Amino acid sequence: MEFSITDPFLWETVIQGLLFGGVLALLSLGLNLVFGVIDVVWICYAEVVMIAMYSVWWFHVVLGLPLLVAMAGGIGVGAVLGTILHYVVIRPILDTPPINQLLVTGGVLFFLQGAATLVFSVDFRTLGVSLGSVSVGDMFFPWNRIAAFVTSLVTVAAIWLFLKRTYLGAAIRAISMDREVMPLMGVNPARIYLLTSALGGALAGLAACLLALLYDIHPAIGLSFGPLTFMVCVLGGLGNMFGGFVAAFIFAQFIALGGYYTEVEWGYVIAFAFFIVMMFVRPQGILGARN
Amino acid sequence: MLTLRNVSAGYGAFQALFDVSLEVHAGEAIAVIGPNGAGKTSLLRAISKVIDVTAGEIEMEGVPLSGVPPHKVIELGIAHVPEHRRLFPGLTVEENLKMGAYLPSARHLFRERLAYAYELFPRMKERRNQLAGTLSGGEQQMCAIGRGLMSGPKILLLDEPSAGLAPVIVQQVLDLVRRIREEGYTVLIVEQNIQQVLRVVDRAYLLDVGRIRMSGPAAELLENEDVRRAYVGL
Repeated sequence: MEFSITDPFLWETVIQGLLFGGVLALLSLGLNLVFGVIDVVWICYAEVVMIAMYSVWWFHVVLGLPLLVAMAGGIGVGAVLGTILHYVVIRPILDTPPINQLLVTGGVLFFLQGAATLVFSVDFRTLGVSLGSVSVGDMFFPWNRIAAFVTSLVTVAAIWLFLKRTYLGAAIRAISMDREVMPLMGVNPARIYLLTSALGGALAGLAACLLALLYDIHPAIGLSFGPLTFMVCVLGGLGNMFGGFVAAFIFAQFIALGGYYTEVEWGYVIAFAFFIVMMFVRPQGILGARN
Repeated sequence: MLTLRNVSAGYGAFQALFDVSLEVHAGEAIAVIGPNGAGKTSLLRAISKVIDVTAGEIEMEGVPLSGVPPHKVIELGIAHVPEHRRLFPGLTVEENLKMGAYLPSARHLFRERLAYAYELFPRMKERRNQLAGTLSGGEQQMCAIGRGLMSGPKILLLDEPSAGLAPVIVQQVLDLVRRIREEGYTVLIVEQNIQQVLRVVDRAYLLDVGRIRMSGPAAELLENEDVRRAYVGL
């Protein structure tokens, strides 16, 4: 295909990539937060998102609650799941070798997938909400995606302000630098961990609300964006929220433009190849500090 | 104000303190001196509940600390400036000071106390937006002491504030300690720099291998032949 800067399809692709990048940025936020603070990787993060997606669907379609109420419910379910995950699964193994954390949260991944299959069956579920689309010249953008993008940016900004301005936010950043000294400041580390897990879960829930607007829901949906989320986090420097934000947009452009110049599947292949190369060039992530 | 009665404490199977009794009165500056490994840091950690007290009692203004969880000790008015300063390297100077004012009771006084800390340490004001990890050793110690003061404590526990600093800076830091106590704070300081610290405190305890060997007015210990020979190396 010829390259032309005035090609409206090229511009549409770039902007679609930008919108997708916003969703990826939001997805990576919760995982990065939990890793940065507690030093634990929730392998089952995308499955928490999946359960929250089902919750939104259940509240809205089955119970007939208004969409925004159903979404608030989905965020709540995410927060509760994050809290339970920390309290029941993570806390008992906090001081054991890191491999245990991967193993148990990996186990939770299959548990949640199996549970979702049992409860909701393998049928595809859909919210059935279409907000229409907006056209700019020859380009079309669905409002669903624009809403997801804007929500992502607002959330990322809100989290940043929260971490930068509030006492709790400062404690969340501080505990990742020196956990032992926290009690001397009057901070109970166990409480910060629990709150961070709830917040991470709530962010997974918010991402679920936006994904439910864009995709059908099924028990294995976590597998389609779980690896992507991890790669965004690692590419940005695991635990580095700003890095994850930048990496999300880079990754989304690789997928969008790669798909535009070849085929959609090849977009992912090119993005993953880029990831592998980057792991050799900058294993600490784009903005990660050398450790 | 702060009383230790026959305290034994340690880390797991290792016992660091044996039968230690000590008393700090309001307005006093007290030093605990002794060689490396004497248990000085453990003493402060036992007060802050960072390590377990296996026997004896610690009381702050008559309140026994035995049932108090570690993060509640500061609420009783005990601020602990730990060994090696332990600032949050990725937070700015001002954010570190903010962490010192984390207690709900301290938050509404944050502005006033910040102004006070900056008045005490003008250098901190200049560097307020700099990451704490990029400060020099002496500046880090100022920041750490400032962070300790932000909760508005009744007593300040200082763990080896001169450790790892150049000799010139050590004197500056100990001058700081003198100023802190002139501001009316009660101070319990632990130091290896015996000669210098004895010039800024009222009384001192000599700790060796986890036991109190000697105690008395600072001037007396400074003149004591045994102390000079065994611990100061003169």
